[in-house]
Amino acid sequence: MLLSLFAAANRKQVLAIMVTGSIALVAASVYLVIRYVTENSIASGTMLFTSTHMWYKPLNIGFSLGVDGVSVAMLCLSSVIVLTGTFISWNIQPLTKEFFLWFCLLSLGVFGFFITTDLFTLFMFYEVALIPMYLLIGIWGSGKKEYSAMKLTLMLMGASSLLLVGILGIYFSAGAVSMNILDIANIHIPLDKQLFFFTLTFIGFGVLGALFPFHTWSPDGHASAPTAVSMLHAGVLMKLGGYGCFRVSIYLMPEAAEILAPLFLVLTATGVFYGALSAIHQRDLKYINAYSSVSHCNLVLFAILMLTRTAMTGAVLQMLSHGLMTALFFALIGTIYQRTHTRMITEMGGLMKVMPFLGVAFVIAGLASLGLPGLSGFVSEMTIFIGSFEHADLFRRVLTIIAISSIVITAVYILRMVGKFLYGPIQNEQHAALTDAVWYEKLAVVILIAGIAYIGMFPLGLSNMLNQSLALIK
Amino acid sequence: MENFSNFLFMRSEVSLLVVILILLVYDLMAGKRGMKYFQPVAIALLAIHTLLHIWPHEAGTAFGGMYTYVPMAGVVKTILNIATLIVFLQAEAFNSERMNNKKGEYYFLTLITLLGFYFMISSGHFLLFYIGLEMASIPMGTLAAMEKQSKKSAEAGAKYILLATFSSGIMLFGISYLYGTTGTLYFADMPALIGANALQIMAFVFFIAGIFFKISLVPFHMWTPDVYEGAPTNVTSYLSVVSKGAAVFALALLLYKVFGNLVTQWQGILYGLIIVSITLANLFAIRQKNIKRFLAFSSISQAGYIALGIVGGTAFGMTTLVYYIFVYLFSNLAAFGVIAIIENRTGKINIPDYKGLYTTNPLLSFVMMLSMFSLGGIPPFAGFFSKFFIFAAAIEQGFYILVLIAVINTIISLYYYLLVVKAMFIDKNEHPIPSLRTDSYNKASLIFCTAGILLVGIFSIFMEKIDLFSFAILQ
Repeated sequence: MLLSLFAAANRKQVLAIMVTGSIALVAASVYLVIRYVTENSIASGTMLFTSTHMWYKPLNIGFSLGVDGVSVAMLCLSSVIVLTGTFISWNIQPLTKEFFLWFCLLSLGVFGFFITTDLFTLFMFYEVALIPMYLLIGIWGSGKKEYSAMKLTLMLMGASSLLLVGILGIYFSAGAVSMNILDIANIHIPLDKQLFFFTLTFIGFGVLGALFPFHTWSPDGHASAPTAVSMLHAGVLMKLGGYGCFRVSIYLMPEAAEILAPLFLVLTATGVFYGALSAIHQRDLKYINAYSSVSHCNLVLFAILMLTRTAMTGAVLQMLSHGLMTALFFALIGTIYQRTHTRMITEMGGLMKVMPFLGVAFVIAGLASLGLPGLSGFVSEMTIFIGSFEHADLFRRVLTIIAISSIVITAVYILRMVGKFLYGPIQNEQHAALTDAVWYEKLAVVILIAGIAYIGMFPLGLSNMLNQSLALIK
Repeated sequence: MENFSNFLFMRSEVSLLVVILILLVYDLMAGKRGMKYFQPVAIALLAIHTLLHIWPHEAGTAFGGMYTYVPMAGVVKTILNIATLIVFLQAEAFNSERMNNKKGEYYFLTLITLLGFYFMISSGHFLLFYIGLEMASIPMGTLAAMEKQSKKSAEAGAKYILLATFSSGIMLFGISYLYGTTGTLYFADMPALIGANALQIMAFVFFIAGIFFKISLVPFHMWTPDVYEGAPTNVTSYLSVVSKGAAVFALALLLYKVFGNLVTQWQGILYGLIIVSITLANLFAIRQKNIKRFLAFSSISQAGYIALGIVGGTAFGMTTLVYYIFVYLFSNLAAFGVIAIIENRTGKINIPDYKGLYTTNPLLSFVMMLSMFSLGGIPPFAGFFSKFFIFAAAIEQGFYILVLIAVINTIISLYYYLLVVKAMFIDKNEHPIPSLRTDSYNKASLIFCTAGILLVGIFSIFMEKIDLFSFAILQ
């Protein structure tokens, strides 16, 4: 409903169109939030603005739309990141038009994914979001881009193959009457089927959410992608995984979720810990952030699997906060890289003096990432851990403690990274002559920081909105 | 009088025959100047024929059951007509000296094979079926050998003829056993007399092997890469779409209508063959450098996917099968169209030659990319929908593992389709293929294919119309 604007983006004034388009997008999603909040006060805790058009009769496929608090929040996040991504890739070099065309297609997939309530359309948009990635990374990326692009595409398509079987399985074992998620939720699927398809869909979506041990596409992919794409991908696309997990796997198959949760909890807790540890080991800024994303995204899945409302609210908050945070990180790394032409922290130093604006922004992002109160990371992680501790059994508590301990590790690598290349002596003489950010980069960074601070300072309205919507799930 | 109405009933065949005769006479009468207009005349006549029979008529039989018509066969005939039309639009190569001005021969031989396919899919008797099959095979061998100067083309023709004859021999052997055990060759009488006894199963297997040869499922695929590579590109595209489509549909009809009693047996056979076909063809495709060989292996694996529609034995399966052929037509012909254009002008047919194509020929590479994505099953292109539905049809019958294997194979296939995309868009080349101009027929065909790839999936009407005519196994 928001997107037809974008198809037009293919002339020389691509940038102008992109900026107006994405501002309109942000405006539309803010408007959507306001509409949602007012309507929600009347009929609380249901999908709103639903509409269905029958599409493929023989399979009962409809083009059904609908949003709840979670998808509204995700839509906002996506639109903000598309806007800032446009600013950041202000002077992307070869084939500007094509770049934005694919970028738009990618965001189209993302938006479509969040507003649809139909399994088939959901799956379709998931794949729509994947393919532009291949070309975006392959053509405009850096480093070993072809390898990364192919790896990312194949792994995610592999995940989608599990999803496809899972989705069809759900459809047929729910009696083949409707592809609409809201309708299927009312039908009880036999337990043995649930177990099988829960595994398929959860892993399928989990791969996109960097579920350990299927996360290996993510560091390579993010490191090679052009900045705006890393932002959109780590910021939004990985959230597709988390969103899909709870919208499809847990919402439709609650019993299987109950039974299989411990298994996946172990995986995700490992992922949280492992991602953080790997981040310590990296020297490339993008790799550090990519592994930190793996850790954070696993935390999202971890929280979802706790199956309590508090933890799930935390999960969605974490998705938002991590989306903004990681986008900010990638934006900063991208702008710094454009100036220094290196991303190795060993080759940089003292950049704080050279580019104070970027340096400060980087520190803020870092602090948000390690969960400083007042910024978004604190709110979401706090909610998750409180939610997880609601379970009284030893097993879940131990896992929670393992997950919490990752915060410490995060502090280690963030502070070390910041200390190494922002402070200290200047390593490379040429770096002393570099300039600070220009207005469009500043604008993007400010918007993202504002978002992070907003979630950090005033989480109440947001978490209430999410909490009500999650009543649908449990 | 009664015979006349019989002929009227098989009007699509009759009108195609008229088209063929007109072209034949035109070829004899026309001078050098007249031959210039041969391509437009052939296209126009075929287009008229297509439009006349675009909508299937009511079911029935003629000539005492020799000829049976189900509306779905009408749908498939329309699809085959469209495909042939596109192939004719791309037949630029036959205007050139390279083919020794065998223009007339090309057009009516192709139409004769089409007529053979018509009879194959609307026969009601094994003999008519066999005649249709032969009528399609023999001119096909000639077509493959059309490029007189090329040794490869001659080899392709010879290979095709020899193997086609061999497989018809095996098929006839099967038919003779069927006749021996049932005492009839009419499709309508056969199901009641077929049980699961060993002799009949053996006869069935022999018979069906002949069709598998046409569809080129592994292990009956050995001829495919060589013939695809050697034959003129235009013939290859015809072979890969029309011949395959007709044969798959004929297989579905026979399995549904005649061998409904052997459903457990043929499900088992297909189960194995699908897995082997898809997997092996995909693995071989990865290593191909020649783009025609590459598409040959890709078409073998596509045949495996198409067969997934049959395996369930449901009406919905038949819908998805026909829909898949319909979508496959556009995707594959778009790819072959681009290949033919490039081959005719530069003679280059290896994938590495395509490097950097985007910098010089953005539109051609765009069409090629669409076709690769559609073949690989990427939304929102038509190939995604057809794959999804065909998987749905198989899952409906509980073939979870089979579908899982097939879906995992789509990842492998995506890999090699992406290699082509990568060559065109990402790889750098010092000497890319120069910027090419195409004639309006080629343009029209590519526009038509692109429209098909983009629209057939998004608009559900095509699939729903096909769904009106499908039917399940007759028990």
